[in-house]
Amino acid sequence: MRQSVTAGTVPAARRAGASLSPSAVRWLSVLIGLVAWEIYGRILHTPIFSYPSPIARAFVDTVVRGELWFFLKSSLVVLTLGLVLAILVGIPLGVVMARRALVEHAMDPYVNALYATPLVAVIPLIVLWLGFETKAKVVLVFLFCVFPILINTYQGVKSTDARLIEVARSFCSRESALWRDVILPSSAPFIIAGIRLAIGRGLVGMVVAEFYTTITGLGYMIVQYANTFKTDRLFVPIVVLMAMGMGLTGLLRMLERRVAPWLHVQKEE
Amino acid sequence: MRSAPATGSVRPMVAVEAITKSFRQAGTQALQDCSLAIAPHEICCVIGASGCGKTTLLRIIDGLLRPDSGRVLIDGVEVNAPRPDVAMVFQHFGLFPWMTVYDNVAYGLRVQRRADAEIDAVVRRHFEMVGLQGFEHVYPYQLSGGMQQRVGLARALAVDPKALLMDEPFGSLDAQTRELMQEELLRLWRVQPKTMVFVTHSIDEAIILGDRIALMTLRPGRVKEVLVVDIPRPRDPEDVRGSPRYRELRNHIWRELRVEAAQGARR
Repeated sequence: MRQSVTAGTVPAARRAGASLSPSAVRWLSVLIGLVAWEIYGRILHTPIFSYPSPIARAFVDTVVRGELWFFLKSSLVVLTLGLVLAILVGIPLGVVMARRALVEHAMDPYVNALYATPLVAVIPLIVLWLGFETKAKVVLVFLFCVFPILINTYQGVKSTDARLIEVARSFCSRESALWRDVILPSSAPFIIAGIRLAIGRGLVGMVVAEFYTTITGLGYMIVQYANTFKTDRLFVPIVVLMAMGMGLTGLLRMLERRVAPWLHVQKEE
Repeated sequence: MRSAPATGSVRPMVAVEAITKSFRQAGTQALQDCSLAIAPHEICCVIGASGCGKTTLLRIIDGLLRPDSGRVLIDGVEVNAPRPDVAMVFQHFGLFPWMTVYDNVAYGLRVQRRADAEIDAVVRRHFEMVGLQGFEHVYPYQLSGGMQQRVGLARALAVDPKALLMDEPFGSLDAQTRELMQEELLRLWRVQPKTMVFVTHSIDEAIILGDRIALMTLRPGRVKEVLVVDIPRPRDPEDVRGSPRYRELRNHIWRELRVEAAQGARR
């Protein structure tokens, strides 16, 4: 009885989009959005509102003149350094916190407090202490990135199947080999998810830091064009940031699936 | 019913001597004064109602748990920690999902830091032995339960253990696969007669596989009777099930367990 009901409803639900694949619907949706934006922009026609075609022209222009690459380069340096530092600190600290109760209890209040603090609030302080140069920005990106990595690593290690740890012990594995063979691979999907979250936060940290600090980076580009009402150019760094965010998190999602295929099979079944 | 108190004049491969174990946090006494001796090349099945401490006993024999009192000797040497020459097969298979089947089978040897060439030779031999050829580069999640436990068995056999500890290894398999795996285990045992402590809650399985069957009481667990399965080997499971001796043993064990199981169910 139940089977005949589901057999009847599933094809009916699918029928609406039967002729279009999900990716075709996605592309079509984006296309319609862009066209609507373009039309609205042309009708409105004010210098403060921009629309796709002038943005595209501004994009080409900033690329040709090397301006975009100049600003993007300094942003990428900051993001990369901050993220790498966060990974190098976050993963080991997360593992140790999860495996050693003393470290866990000692670090817990700091991690919780700093993770809960809106880090934007400490930007002026960091600038005051470290100046306007790359160093201050790297530290800010690091602060934005490190907690999701640390906390996810901690969770990943904590959720390692105790039975598998017992298997390793039964085969006489030493503690260091146990970390390498069991704990790290088991928490790898968590760690990568943490890095994915960190990239999202890191981008925010990077832009906000650039608002406050030196005259480089995509954040500075945004401030500069906003102050001079060049809306079409203002959209260029925004589009680049969007592409960076989507590209990097997409890459990490792919990595998540590659590194733990068994998790995704269980979900599909 | 014929009982067998000890293994006779041969030195036991596995000797459990008056083990007592309680879990303070749970407030339970798992084992009390539990003793058992298993001769070399013997398959000794341990059977009892669920919660009788069978798995605790096995974990103590493996050195994963320390008893409160009493001791375990493997080949005459007292167990204080897990030993490389004792291997365990788990009900939950215990395979590492991020390793290929090949790497899972090689795991024990790699932990022991054997040479690569030796590992490869041993792993390939065991793939053939348990019928896993062609699945080297597959991941455990891509295999059926029966095939996964073949991997678990190969991993345990690959370290060439003096004793195999089987913790309800076929308990999570469906009935048909279970019977196939029992036949497979008997075939493997004929080639390599390993000493086995085989924990099960299936009376049928205990009679088909065991040379002797240790019956355990419910909490606190203790071996209350050891039965000799005097059915000649090699055994064909179908013939065994049809024999009058099988029925006798089965009825006897069931009568004994029934009392315990009823007690357990009332808790």
